Amino acid sequence: MSIEKLDQLGDMYIDVLRELGNIGSGNAATSLSTLLNTAIDIGIPSVKIVDINEAACLLGGPENIVVGILAKVSGDVDAMVMFIIDEQFARLVLENLLHQTFEGCANLTQLQISALSEVGNIMISSYVNSIAEMASLKMKLTVPAISVDMVGAMLCVPSIEIGEVSDQVIFIEDDILSQEGLTSKILLVPSIESLNKIMHGLGLEVL
Amino acid sequence: MSIVHNVGIADMKIAKDPDTLITYALGSCVGICVFDSKLKIGGLAHIMLPYMPSTSSYNSTKLKFADTCIPFMLTEMEKLGCSRMRMAAKIAGGAKMFEVEGESSIGNIGERNISAVREILKKERIKIFAEDVGLNYGRTVSFEVEGGAMQVRSYAKPLKIL
Repeated sequence: MSIEKLDQLGDMYIDVLRELGNIGSGNAATSLSTLLNTAIDIGIPSVKIVDINEAACLLGGPENIVVGILAKVSGDVDAMVMFIIDEQFARLVLENLLHQTFEGCANLTQLQISALSEVGNIMISSYVNSIAEMASLKMKLTVPAISVDMVGAMLCVPSIEIGEVSDQVIFIEDDILSQEGLTSKILLVPSIESLNKIMHGLGLEVL
Repeated sequence: MSIVHNVGIADMKIAKDPDTLITYALGSCVGICVFDSKLKIGGLAHIMLPYMPSTSSYNSTKLKFADTCIPFMLTEMEKLGCSRMRMAAKIAGGAKMFEVEGESSIGNIGERNISAVREILKKERIKIFAEDVGLNYGRTVSFEVEGGAMQVRSYAKPLKIL
């Protein structure tokens, strides 16, 4: 038997997904720490099965302005991964990386945008690669795309692409924290079929 | 007293003067405002996808798809006495939030939503009076039922009143 609906996911599978998120974000945080030459921590991942409407309200409400870097995962797993940072985290990244003054998300220069994309790329790649390795799955990534906009408008993208016509989406949400307590997030939004492959890859039979 | 009604994603609401309808953060989704200027009744729908799949085994809400949501909203408005002859539409949304290389389908949803909405409104004989669609940014739409004004708010852009 396989998972066909998200509400079939028992606690054990949720725990497994949380652990995957933990491994992914641990690796991503190490990359970020090396890149920025500062201490980076991770929070406890959360796995959320939400309505499309609730999805848009995650992360500070639909109109919250964030920088989102998104890549699509293909291969054995169909998923979308997003690295989401708010203005303060963007400042931390840019000031550490470029030693430039940052004048807010509305005034990002081309260089700053490409620096943030690249940081997103590194975060997403280390996150996805560590999960792929652990679950012995092939996970191919597209080149990430960046957007600075309302978080609700961005979260629609994985909801539509991955959720398609189903009304619920699963989000594996990981917090990446700076020393100052600033938070960024990595979201993994897998399709239902991919969840089965992930569980299988980990040697778990879905009952 | 005027009330602001919040229209969610894959949702639709109808309100009367002096109320306002609002839907937040349209990305590739499209917001469709329809109003009857004589009765001062307006509807706002927030659709996610163009057409409901015919073979769908999902018990998805019909409010999610342009082809099922729009006719439903028009019928509900007619039940309140609105006339199709007087109905006018204003639409916003359908952006391409991310330029993902080699994945044209991701960007296409917005465009497909816009053309489906236009086609369905045409079929239902509702004229589109104003549009703020496409491009690459999110939009919050508020719709004042009284005068039928559609306000479009976007990040780092001036407010538009259509």
